[in-house]
Amino acid sequence: MSADVRLEDVWIRFGDFVAAREINIHIQGGEFFTILGPSGCGKTTLLRAVSGFLTPSEGNVLIGGENMAGIGPNKRPTALIFQNLALFPLMTIWENITFSLEVRGASKQERRKRADELLELIALPGQGEKMVNELSGGQKQRVAIARALCAEPEVLLLDEPLSALDLKLRQHMRTELRSIQQQVGITFIYITHDQGEALTMSDNVAVMREGVVEQISDGTTIYDEPDTAFVASFVGENNRFDGKVSSVSEGIATVDTAEGTIQARVSANADSQVNAGDDAFVFVRPEAIQFINGATVDNQMNTKVYHEEFEGHFWQIFLDVDESQKRIKMSYVNDGATRAHARGTELAIGFPMQSAIALPQGELAAE
Amino acid sequence: MVSYWKNFFLKNGTAVALFLIISVGVWLFMMIILPQLFMLDFSIRANVPPPKFGTEEHYYTLEHYRYMLFGSAQASGTFNVIDLTVFFRTIAAALFVTLIDLALCYPIAYYLAHVATGGWSRLMVLSLIVPFWVNEILRAFAFKIIFGSTGVINNVLIAIGILDSPYDFIRNDIALWAGLSYAFILLMIFPIYNAIESLDKNQIEAARDLGSSWVRIHRRIVIPHAKPGISSGCTMVFMLTAGALAAPQILGGPSSLWFTQIIYQGFNQAGNWARGSAYAIILLISCIVLVLVIMKIFKVRFGEMMK
Repeated sequence: MSADVRLEDVWIRFGDFVAAREINIHIQGGEFFTILGPSGCGKTTLLRAVSGFLTPSEGNVLIGGENMAGIGPNKRPTALIFQNLALFPLMTIWENITFSLEVRGASKQERRKRADELLELIALPGQGEKMVNELSGGQKQRVAIARALCAEPEVLLLDEPLSALDLKLRQHMRTELRSIQQQVGITFIYITHDQGEALTMSDNVAVMREGVVEQISDGTTIYDEPDTAFVASFVGENNRFDGKVSSVSEGIATVDTAEGTIQARVSANADSQVNAGDDAFVFVRPEAIQFINGATVDNQMNTKVYHEEFEGHFWQIFLDVDESQKRIKMSYVNDGATRAHARGTELAIGFPMQSAIALPQGELAAE
Repeated sequence: MVSYWKNFFLKNGTAVALFLIISVGVWLFMMIILPQLFMLDFSIRANVPPPKFGTEEHYYTLEHYRYMLFGSAQASGTFNVIDLTVFFRTIAAALFVTLIDLALCYPIAYYLAHVATGGWSRLMVLSLIVPFWVNEILRAFAFKIIFGSTGVINNVLIAIGILDSPYDFIRNDIALWAGLSYAFILLMIFPIYNAIESLDKNQIEAARDLGSSWVRIHRRIVIPHAKPGISSGCTMVFMLTAGALAAPQILGGPSSLWFTQIIYQGFNQAGNWARGSAYAIILLISCIVLVLVIMKIFKVRFGEMMK
């Protein structure tokens, strides 16, 4: 069973501080939905409002069409996975996993049986008798998932559960979480500040900043079609050029910047329109920048190499633009033949106007 | 062992290490071990005045321990009902007071540790501590006044019509239990508070999120976590209640003796230090054994209590 989750005009205030401002989100049943934002943006607050630990100051939380007002966390069809997992250290693994069954008065045989099934699902068969502190980080992680799934929630809420793991394990758990979600088919609401996690796992992502949802879309749209300067600067790497729009025609803005005149696509979102005379940001992804090698590209710049990093499957070059000394970043795939450029090497680079995005100026993500 | 002491000196420096060892050693030996050894010695010798100490009349004997069980040598065959009754009643009352304190203090400690915040919790702690600035004896007298036949409690109960005539709280030992329960309340609250405070709040929320009722959260999560604190609080309250003297003296009913009062009589009124010592040793060892047995039953380890 999976239920849809709907937040309607939700405001959450702590005294004068507004943690969530007029939030409207509709999460389909069975969806893997991620709320992405820097720490302190209100994403955990929102999750607590869905799980029932916190009552919104205004607005409604609906799960499966039912208004959750006045329903406590123990009565909601949700299960929460905590950032620190909050496993019960004084219980065995199987007791941890089946705590929700114990609450419902299930017999010991029934609980043992269910624990074994779930241990199978999380690939820890036969480990039920161990204590929590005998497990590794990744194993604890999986036990926390099993404990939440055992409650048969319609919505699983995950509060940055992978943040304590090391990189390799984190990447592995991403895949695993996604496959568990597809197996059990329930709604996942996932909170993270890691855009990699958000993009790899989610059907849809909501990007939050200071209590406001900036954009809700699938991962590729968030990456390719950011609605606001914040989303563009927070999700993925981006080069930013500041300037003034001199003209807009057929969806292409011409922006005068210190690095020269740049032609860039205007965002598809009507709210983010830029008009002639406006101050604007132009965002260009490092991978959209190319070496020109004599060809003609919409936007061109002459640069000098500052520094180059070898990442294995790609190279990352930091370039100083001749006109303004602004440092930009480009990346290109390692084809096995390229070698590092020396500092000071002159490079002509460019990018097509379709891969540059012009957005109204606004708040940016912290560097 | 040698390397442990060497490290101890290296870590603290010679002066500090010597100070620590000497002060703790003197305290432990002079104030605790030596008096107990003297008492033990007194308790297994004949009762003679000090000038005869060391003479033949000061022989070793277990007659004082025998007296506790069977009374004087003449009254052979029957148990020393009076002293034994007082002894067991004291132990039972101390256990009862410990349970009352636990029931009172666990909720307070939980509230302080996990619910109250900022100024409110500081105010609560202060109002718990401030009454203990008042001398123990004065506090006992205050209880006597409150529970007296014309005290506040009787007056209120009569005024609201629950009682027709004053109830004798003192004769019925209620004043005594109340006074003793209150006397050691802090020793129960703070160990439990410390234990509960170290519990990750997320565990409570996790249990709640998994559908648990509050009763089950306390039974399965909070109490198991707080067990070391609960046992150290209970141990202290039980030991001190069983060994209390002032409160029973002042608040005890005319017909109810506390075992410590019998010990006191042995030393101060009967002039029988030997019997007083024997009784004190009996009380001490009984309490220690009882505590150890209860710890065994509830599977508490000593090491945990020190945390």
